[in-house]
Amino acid sequence: MTATATPTKTMTMVAAINDALALALEADETVHVFGEDVGVMGGVFRATDGLQARFGAERVFDTPLAEAGIVGMGIGMGLAGLKPVAEIQFAGFLYPALDQVLSHLGRYRHRTRGRYHLPMVIRAPYGGGVHTPEQHADSPEAILAHTPGVKVVIPSTPADAKGLLLAAIEDPDPVFFLEAIKLYRSVKGEVPEGPYTVPLGQARVVTQGDDATVVCYGGMVEVATKAAEAAQAHGIGVEVIDLRTLVPMDTETVLASVRKTGRAVVVSEAPRTNGFHSEVSATIAEEAIDFLRAPVVRVTGFDAPYPPFTSVEDVYRPNPVRVARAIRQVMGY
Amino acid sequence: MTSPDTARPDLLSPDLSEHEPFRLLAPDGTATRPAELPDPGTRLSLYRHMRRIRHFDERAWVLYRTGRLGVFPPYGGMEASQVGTAAALGAGDWLFPTYRDTGAALTHGLPVAQTLAYWRTSPHGWAMPPDVKVLPFYIPIATQYPHAVGAALAEKRRGTRNVALAYIGDGGSSEGDFHEALNFAGALTVPCVFILQNNGWAISVPTRTQTRAVNLARRADGYGIPGVRVDGNDVLATYLVTTEAVNRARDGQGPTLIETVTYRVKPHTLADDPSRYRTDADNHGWEEKDPITRLRAHLMSEGLLTEDDDAILTREIETEFEAALKEADGYPEPTPAEILDHVFAEPTPTLRRQRAQIEAEEGA
Ligand SMILES: Cc1ncc(C[n+]2csc(CCOP(=O)(O)OP(=O)(O)O)c2C)c(N)n1
Repeated sequence: MTATATPTKTMTMVAAINDALALALEADETVHVFGEDVGVMGGVFRATDGLQARFGAERVFDTPLAEAGIVGMGIGMGLAGLKPVAEIQFAGFLYPALDQVLSHLGRYRHRTRGRYHLPMVIRAPYGGGVHTPEQHADSPEAILAHTPGVKVVIPSTPADAKGLLLAAIEDPDPVFFLEAIKLYRSVKGEVPEGPYTVPLGQARVVTQGDDATVVCYGGMVEVATKAAEAAQAHGIGVEVIDLRTLVPMDTETVLASVRKTGRAVVVSEAPRTNGFHSEVSATIAEEAIDFLRAPVVRVTGFDAPYPPFTSVEDVYRPNPVRVARAIRQVMGY
Repeated sequence: MTSPDTARPDLLSPDLSEHEPFRLLAPDGTATRPAELPDPGTRLSLYRHMRRIRHFDERAWVLYRTGRLGVFPPYGGMEASQVGTAAALGAGDWLFPTYRDTGAALTHGLPVAQTLAYWRTSPHGWAMPPDVKVLPFYIPIATQYPHAVGAALAEKRRGTRNVALAYIGDGGSSEGDFHEALNFAGALTVPCVFILQNNGWAISVPTRTQTRAVNLARRADGYGIPGVRVDGNDVLATYLVTTEAVNRARDGQGPTLIETVTYRVKPHTLADDPSRYRTDADNHGWEEKDPITRLRAHLMSEGLLTEDDDAILTREIETEFEAALKEADGYPEPTPAEILDHVFAEPTPTLRRQRAQIEAEEGA
């Protein structure tokens, strides 16, 4: 990311995403933005607000309500030369389109030996923390990251959201871009004006520390950072690593940190079994076992559907207290 | 509506689907609508295409038996359905074939050698040639339908007059993707032609078990687009109807659904034993409806084809096939590490590590 002297603006994450989409639509006329309610209304979270008015109903358009149709049509658009940027209204409603994702999205380049490829981006709000109704808070990133040929990006700051989204749109391969609902408006940050990219596959070291590593992404970065601050108050130096992209994963940054600290906590709000956090844990165990001073600990959701019960939602979703407890656990092993 | 053999109906009118499938030739080759017949050159070309793809289907059987081809889904008996529809396309148009539509892909220009390589599971068959807009044969049922809609939308947005044509089976038309695609195509008015080849069977399940619907072309009604039933063993009829649908799409009037009523004479794949689920009574009459015999009888009676012409054509087709087979035999086998090729434009660090692993373990 370019640093020096670029003018910046304070923005929410959703505004940064909107900014990125506008820049992409402006820069490349093959870019098309579509999905349910993205046109006239500007999306249920307003991520596409004003884009149809500015770029026309041919390039920013509402589709019929059918997710397999949205993803499947986008696949056809992509292989025939357009840059489809589809929105799935909530990640929990991606499931009708999973066949298209699993059967085709990641396979086009491979099944045509490079003759066709799919420069498609699928954006979807994901995750909990804002008391949504049933199935609006799912975190299905592991399913996507388990699909060969599909990249998975999950930003945690407005500046990253913009730069990663522009990188995703530039990328010649299909990219899932998951946006933590919790962060859309709750975080604000300085966002460079104009176009720039944050390369896929590079993690961000959020806080530096020598005693324990916390690996996280998306909505969990802010939770982990709060826990790290609390630990710091007790003299424990915690290195928080925001993965930013799950595929490709920046294994090197994770391992370098774990080799330094000897302790690792992995945090995500997805269900525990077979989550992406398990992949991170296994990688650490395989590659850095000699450096570990404690078993890797996962802090995750549970193996139950995300609860729509407002009063107990926070039991499911990891909070700073749970992460701090895990840090204590690896410190005290 | 008037008697089907007199006034020319609007081929894409919704009420045509209330009637017998549209046809131009009776099963014995007699022209039932002489005024509608395509010109003699087109008729001969359609005949040549059908003979050519029949030869491929027959040779595939032999190659499979001798271990020189993988599992192959035959289309013998359905040549009119595939040739008449694919031949209505221009070179700039897209063709989205299912595994059953090798004949359609060959008709649209997929080279024989590469087609053989595909069914041999050689990577040389998977990269479609740059000048042939055919996608690799789709194995998961119905998933290609929304892709065709997207490709058609892309052509429309880019301001070309190209169209996308996609195939599906009667079984496939039960899948959600089929319905979503028809709805999207209608709602977005894209230049797409949907071919529903009703060949009577989805592996062991007859159409009457598949759905209570009898007339599958009428499914178009639900999406506000024209649907037409055509005799899928009459290549002149499938060609005429598809040509009209393609022209309509090119002119910006949107999609059409065409049901070609035909029959799967052959097994589901060459590894399948149809005697487990169907009887001779089921098959009765369909061999006699053979599309090639039908057109041949017509061409002979019109003096457009002689026995000598036919013999020359046979030799040409055989020569082409044997040369292609030789070419395909010459394609080298893939190296082990090739299984990791083309996952992403640039291999990720994970893929690089896995490649090193394969190369260390397999020596390639
Ligand atoms: C999504 C999916 N489900 C099941 C199958 C297994 N399968 C392969 S062919 C077939 C029957 C398809 O029948 P139809 O659509 O009528 O096409 P036909 O084979 O008759 O050409 C089935 C069930 C598949 N390939 N894809």
